[in-house]
Formats: sequence, structure tokens, C-alpha cells
Amino acid sequence: MQQDWIWGLLGGGLIGLGGALLLLGNGRIMGASGILGGLITRVGDRALQLERLVFLAAVIGVPLFMHRIADIPVETTVTRNIPLLVSAGILVGVGTRVANGCTSGHGVCGISRLSLRGITATVLYIGAGALTVAAMRHIFGALS
Amino acid sequence: MIRFVIAALSGGLFGAGLFLSGMTNPGKVQGFLDLSAAWDPTLIFVMGGALVPMALAWRLTPNRAPLVGGTFPAPSAAHLDRKLITGSVLFGVGWGLVGLCPGPAIASLSYQGASGAIFLLAMICGMQLSPMVAIQLDRATAKA
Repeated sequence: MQQDWIWGLLGGGLIGLGGALLLLGNGRIMGASGILGGLITRVGDRALQLERLVFLAAVIGVPLFMHRIADIPVETTVTRNIPLLVSAGILVGVGTRVANGCTSGHGVCGISRLSLRGITATVLYIGAGALTVAAMRHIFGALS
Repeated sequence: MIRFVIAALSGGLFGAGLFLSGMTNPGKVQGFLDLSAAWDPTLIFVMGGALVPMALAWRLTPNRAPLVGGTFPAPSAAHLDRKLITGSVLFGVGWGLVGLCPGPAIASLSYQGASGAIFLLAMICGMQLSPMVAIQLDRATAKA
């Protein structure tokens, strides 16, 4: 759609505001993998665990509200191939925790302070992602 | 108390931004990673929109403290290591396979169906396994 980029820019701005708020308010990096990973591997004290839980509940709850209650339509196409979902999920879980960040932590929070690690990680995961999509398209002929 | 309010607001902005930007649609993310077909640049706009408030926030951090007290995150390390590089590549492969990264996987839990839940569970398992992988990579670094 033609106006996709406007929604992208607007949504991106909200994501950046969320990150700025968590940084200036609580002194924390808004990284999805760090917050979820920290919660499940129990890093830090109880207050920090609760802070992570509240953050994640809002990340799930606001889109749930917008879609289910405010009735804003959402478009999504996702594979139903279970072995593919499981292997991709494991790779994303291991990879983001070993690298200590994902698209939000290394991407948004890292690049915005010109962190060499954030920029390197982003170049690598976009490159690996593009090669993976190309391989699936050209070797297997499909994305599902 | 205020730190939990901030965490909820931040998570809510993050979730709303992911929802509105279209980034919880794996098909759209794979459309960005797929350089061959009709390339979808939306992710660039999302990233750009997020970087502006975040970069401004980082500029406010020197010589100040977070609102709730404590300290801001230490400056990002200047070195690149095996964990950052290997982890980011593994993450990118998983991201390309399905089109979900941690933030959108969490944000879309309420409307991504069984596929989303399976991916999220596998990702959590991967996060649990990640310390074992990290130890192996540290050993490889120590040997080199």
C-alpha cells in the first residue's frame, strides 16, 4: 500500500518514544530480547522482574486492545509450518541472547547512540536474514 | 511505583508502534528482507522514526540520572566479539525463516494464532539454552 511508509514512520516514532521513556525514566535499555530473556532467566531483583513483567504485559495488552476492542484491523501472514516455526524460534531465542540484543536493543537503542556493537549486530542480522530469505525463495521456491 | 508506570507506558508505546507500523506482519518483514521481489522498504521508515526520539534521549543522558534514580547504562563496549557476531547471524537466519523477531512476536501474541504462540515458545526455549551456547563461544574465544 502507498501509505505504508507513513504508518511505518508513525509507528516507529511511538517505538522510539517508548525507548526514550524507559531510558530517561528508569535508566533501562528497551530491548525486547533482553527484557524477556532477563525475566525468564531470572536476572536481577524482584522489583526489576516486576518492571519487566509490567512492560511485557503492556506490549501484549495494547495491541490486543487496539485490535480486539478498538477493532483496528491488522494484516498478518505467517507460516503454519511447525518445524520451521520451531527452528526459527530457537535460532532467534539463542541468537538474540548470545548477541545480547535484537532489533529493538541493538537496532533502535544501539544505533541511536552510534554503538559499534549495535551497528555491527544490525548489519549482520539484516544480512543473514536477507540471505536466508533469498535461499528459501530460490532453493525451495517459497517462503513457507 | 513510578518505575512501573513508566514501564507500562513504555511497553504500551512499543506495542502500539509495532502494531501500527505493520511490523508484526511477518510477510511484511520478509518483504523487506527479500531484495528480489517487490521490495518493501517499510522497516527502514520504522527504524528511522524510532531512531529520532531515541537519539534525542541519549543526548539528554550525560551528567544526569534517570527519573527514578540509579544510573544510565554504561557506554556501549567498543569491542566486537564472537558472541555478538555468531549470535546476530543465528538471529538473522531465524528472523528470515519466519519473519518474526522478539518484539513483534510478543506484541502480536493476541492475533498471530497458533503459529505465533509456537514461535514464542520456541524462542523462550532458545533463550533458556543460550547460556550453554555462550559458554562454548567463550571457550572458542579463549582458545584462539
